[in-house]
Amino acid sequence: MAILSTAGLSRTFQTKQGPVEAVRSIDLTVQPGEILGFLGPNGAGKTTTLRMLTTLLAPTSGAATVAGHDLLTDPEGVRTRTGYVAQSGGTDPNVSVREELVTQGRLYRLKRPAAVARAAELARDLGLDDLLDRPTRALSGGQRRRLDIALGLTHRPELLFLDEPTTGLDPASRADLWDLVRQLRTEHGTTVFLTTHYLDEADALADRIVVVDDGRIVADDTPTALKLRHAGSADASLQDTFLAITGRGPAPEHRIPVAT
Amino acid sequence: MLLHDTSIIFGRYVRQTLRSKFQILFGILMPLLYLVFFGPLLTDLPLGSEGTSWQILVPGLLLQLGLFGASFAGFAVIIEKNTGVVERMRVTPVSRLALLLGRVLRDALLFVFQAVLLVLAALVMGLRAPLGGVLIGFAFVAVLSLSLASLSYALAMSVRTPQEFGPVINSVTMPAMLLSGLMLPMALAPNWLDLLSHFIPFRYLVDAVRAGYVGDYASSRMLYGVLMALALAALSVTVGTRRFRKAGA
Ligand SMILES: Nc1ncnc2c1ncn2[C@@H]1O[C@H](COP(=O)(O)OP(=O)(O)OP(=O)(O)O)[C@@H](O)[C@H]1O
Ligand SMILES: [Mg+2]
Repeated sequence: MAILSTAGLSRTFQTKQGPVEAVRSIDLTVQPGEILGFLGPNGAGKTTTLRMLTTLLAPTSGAATVAGHDLLTDPEGVRTRTGYVAQSGGTDPNVSVREELVTQGRLYRLKRPAAVARAAELARDLGLDDLLDRPTRALSGGQRRRLDIALGLTHRPELLFLDEPTTGLDPASRADLWDLVRQLRTEHGTTVFLTTHYLDEADALADRIVVVDDGRIVADDTPTALKLRHAGSADASLQDTFLAITGRGPAPEHRIPVAT
Repeated sequence: MLLHDTSIIFGRYVRQTLRSKFQILFGILMPLLYLVFFGPLLTDLPLGSEGTSWQILVPGLLLQLGLFGASFAGFAVIIEKNTGVVERMRVTPVSRLALLLGRVLRDALLFVFQAVLLVLAALVMGLRAPLGGVLIGFAFVAVLSLSLASLSYALAMSVRTPQEFGPVINSVTMPAMLLSGLMLPMALAPNWLDLLSHFIPFRYLVDAVRAGYVGDYASSRMLYGVLMALALAALSVTVGTRRFRKAGA
């Protein structure tokens, strides 16, 4: 059974300049254990989709089943079994790393000793050991990003939504995160739904890639199949494939070689 | 579950308050100034009701403390929305009611603490009132703070910037203060003003605390005050919780 399926999921924002159709009728199915790369240009509707799937934002129309629970009638069930790392994080600058980690465990209903133990484990896994007593405002951007990720992993969710998790990470931390994501899948069967603008990241991690543009799904396949279809060769870069799909670049046969 | 969740949220925000000791004391500055520089003006005036002028002024100052303090509680939530803390909490299974209650109970505690300091200062200035009435006064401060803080958080969840938030709060708190007889009892007012003030829920709370301060416990003033306070609290907490549940945009 699919761990995530949506039918006609849509969201329109009312703004002073008129309605903005951020997400237009998304139909999507994700299998347990899949690592899904959710790509699309700025403003395509990725974050809006994630906020709907994590119960933060009510869809204007459509339905979804997330981790076995109906999104609209059982949001609480969805929350206990999914994790979310928001694009812009979610830590209080004045609260220490330790307190954030322990509080997060408590919010997921761990008893205090269990929350303390889990905080130590997460700090080790994400390289935050030496930073535990610092207020989060005193972390570097990448360190704070690792804390955001640790917070999202606290309750070992079956389905993890990561919104641009590696933005601001140095190459070593990024490679560590890739390993962590793969490890979550092999050891715990975690399904990972991740957005990124780094196409090498999607290529390296994702089993399947969904491209959205202007609120609609415009491609949905394995990286290899997408390259074959849109860039003419399985050896093409995902970058060229992405540009061809979203119409942001010239068609592959007319492309002028660019020095890199 | 509700109790568990509320205590976690409450603990987080109590620690937040303790980190800013400045804020704890700053809140009583305005009522304290009224007490010291305005109170003495009233001592020989015929205020048209029983008790000394202190028994009329201090209840007003206590509720003023709650009114101005708790109405601005929402500022903190606007900041927390921008840092993403609100969504990070809303994505966990934590009770939506607890997200509100944990915060407003912290506010109630803070303003009752400030109220105690204010009453101690008033005792030095010459206030004499029955203990029961003083305790009732603190209970009203707690319920009022809880209600106004809930509404303030609800508003904060609906606006984007502090610039939209401040003017709304000011345009509610200033008339509420003037029309409820917070500084001087409405018994002194001309009929039209007295009538108008009966449409301000706040007025019933002030009257009830003043009744308490003269030991008049079994009075209709007390009854109306208690009923109004409870109704206000129930309504505000419902509105506030709904905002933490829905909170889109
Ligand atoms: N709260 C909001 N109110 C009004 N419009 C919004 C709101 N949130 C998002 N939008 C609009 O919805 C569209 C989709 O935004 P969204 O944040 O989902 O894009 P995204 O794919 O995550 O982009 P990025 O790659 O830049 O993060 C954009 O046009 C955006 O301006
Ligand atoms: Mg986004």
